[in-house]
Amino acid sequence: MLGQLCGVTTAVVRATTVEGVTVIATESLSKRFPRVTALDRLSVDVGPGVTGLVGANGAGKSTLIKILLGLSPATEGRAEVLGLDVATKGGTIRERVGYMPEHDCLPPDVSATEFVVHMARMSGLPPTAARERTADTLRHVGLYEERYRPMGGYSTGMKQRVKLAQALVHDPQLVFLDEPTNGLDPVGRDEMLGLIRRIHTDFGISVLVTSHLLGELERTCDHVVVIDGGKLLRSSSTRDFTQTTTTLAVEVTDTDEHPDGTRALRDALHARGLEIHTGGGLPGAGHILLLTAQGEETYDLVRDTVADLGLGLIRMEQRRHHIAEVFKDGDQQAATQDGQDGPDVRKEAVGHGG
Amino acid sequence: MAVEHPPAQTGTHAGGQTVPRAGEQTRIHNIGYRNYDGPRLGRAYARRSLYSQSLRGAYGLGRSAKSKVLPMILFVVMCLPAAIMVAVAVATKMDDLPVDYTRYAVIMQAVIGLYVAAQAPQAVSLDLRFKTIPLYFSRPIETADYVRAKYAALASALFVLTAAPLLVLYVGALLAKLDFTDQTKGFAQGLVSVALLSLLFSGIGLVISAVTPRRGFGVAAVIAALTISYGAVSTLQAIAFDQSSTGAVPWLGLFSPITLIDGVQTAFLGASSAFPGGIGPSSGQGVVFALVTLGAIAGCYGLLMRRYRKAGL
Repeated sequence: MLGQLCGVTTAVVRATTVEGVTVIATESLSKRFPRVTALDRLSVDVGPGVTGLVGANGAGKSTLIKILLGLSPATEGRAEVLGLDVATKGGTIRERVGYMPEHDCLPPDVSATEFVVHMARMSGLPPTAARERTADTLRHVGLYEERYRPMGGYSTGMKQRVKLAQALVHDPQLVFLDEPTNGLDPVGRDEMLGLIRRIHTDFGISVLVTSHLLGELERTCDHVVVIDGGKLLRSSSTRDFTQTTTTLAVEVTDTDEHPDGTRALRDALHARGLEIHTGGGLPGAGHILLLTAQGEETYDLVRDTVADLGLGLIRMEQRRHHIAEVFKDGDQQAATQDGQDGPDVRKEAVGHGG
Repeated sequence: MAVEHPPAQTGTHAGGQTVPRAGEQTRIHNIGYRNYDGPRLGRAYARRSLYSQSLRGAYGLGRSAKSKVLPMILFVVMCLPAAIMVAVAVATKMDDLPVDYTRYAVIMQAVIGLYVAAQAPQAVSLDLRFKTIPLYFSRPIETADYVRAKYAALASALFVLTAAPLLVLYVGALLAKLDFTDQTKGFAQGLVSVALLSLLFSGIGLVISAVTPRRGFGVAAVIAALTISYGAVSTLQAIAFDQSSTGAVPWLGLFSPITLIDGVQTAFLGASSAFPGGIGPSSGQGVVFALVTLGAIAGCYGLLMRRYRKAGL
């Protein structure tokens, strides 16, 4: 199954060309420090929507954000954000994007309202607008009465919300969120991911969100870029492999005419040119046919074939792949490096890559 | 917004419902996201905003009540002697103020030093300690804007602290019907002197406190730098004076901030020197004093720029 999937996910910049707009574009972008290469000829295009930037710690995610904000010159190559060159238009870019850092960045003796108002003014909003936008934004991220209290007493979840609010308060066209779910419990994590989704769907702001957890970006992002050791491992739309190329699981009844309905269907479908797999080693797998749905027509074909054979269709369901499976293709050379991650948590560990 | 069923995460009820259980906030929440298409005032405005926020912060305005206490007390302590002098001068009908405008800051240098030690770390250490710096630099302003705004803010705060008592003296002198021209000239010279002093002291204070994110260290280090240098210089000057090597007295004044200011104002601003025996620098030596003062101010600015160049994200 894995081998067959790797062929499907090689189209790199699908999502961006569909939309016709590029929010972020890098061209063989490299950043070398005296002893480390943080980015190595990274070329990637990112379109509107929510894009996940995935990589293990030290993969180059933060370095990339720094370059995209125009704060750190690239060693070679070029990058554009919102169509502006990062090397020359850093100031203009920073006026139009928001940034939420990974670490704590809130002074404890100031209230959230005062802090976000100040940050709004630092983004160029006039005083009255800064106050209005602060009230709006804090409400949208889910901070109410507590916004008048000093931030020193806030929970991690509330602090993350203030950090998000200060990145959104000037209504940017794009936000960089650096590990926004760090330190949150599962509920807080889900709320934060829901909020990130809304930043795009409700607020119309494109998002670049980094994480070292691939699993959580799967639900949130339209597009995922995976980097490792400063190199691009893969850039693809999550739709590419979770919807378009869905694996279908089909189970049918046996009839008098076809004592082994599963076999009959397999032969019939094979005759029509569909690749069939059996369900592997799971219990009851012998009765389940797995096939790759190339599009809507596959569903029709299965339905018609089953009807022609006079079989009863017990189920036809999508087997949704986890992105991790796709990135674990055999053709990726990156060696398994996180020794401490057992095989059962590999879905969450991106560092593997290969 | 009438019959909307908000998602579970908001935990609120639709605004159209008649039972206002969750109050105003419920209804407001149902207003969707609004885009901002008003003006964006850019880098210069952001720098001004940072300046005014830092200046207010230097007197604890916009911060907790606790952080207002010390700067306000110091401000009162700074002005009180001036008020008393004025009261005495008016009551006893003196011909002149008991203290020159230019001399006032030199007398009150301990209070000024305390203020710098308390407020310079407040201005920069907190941003370093709580890592707020990346939030600034991910916005239109750049390193130079940040440094200039902070430097200007602390220098202005210090100028307010040192010029306010001079203003009290001046107003009092006019009320006591002292010679207008004479007083105005003295007042103007005093203002120039404290302006220089504000720039020099705040520069030194900021450079020292920008090194450490720990505010306590910053406070201690600034106090140490100001008092030790003054103590050493005045001791050496006293020794030199006792041993009648009076030529060395003015030159020694180059090595501490307050004696530097004293030297400049003795040479150019009609002040009488506070050096032992009143041996201030001559005009020629005064040029050196002025150059060193300006050099120190420029040096502080350069060091701050260097400090923040790498303090990005």
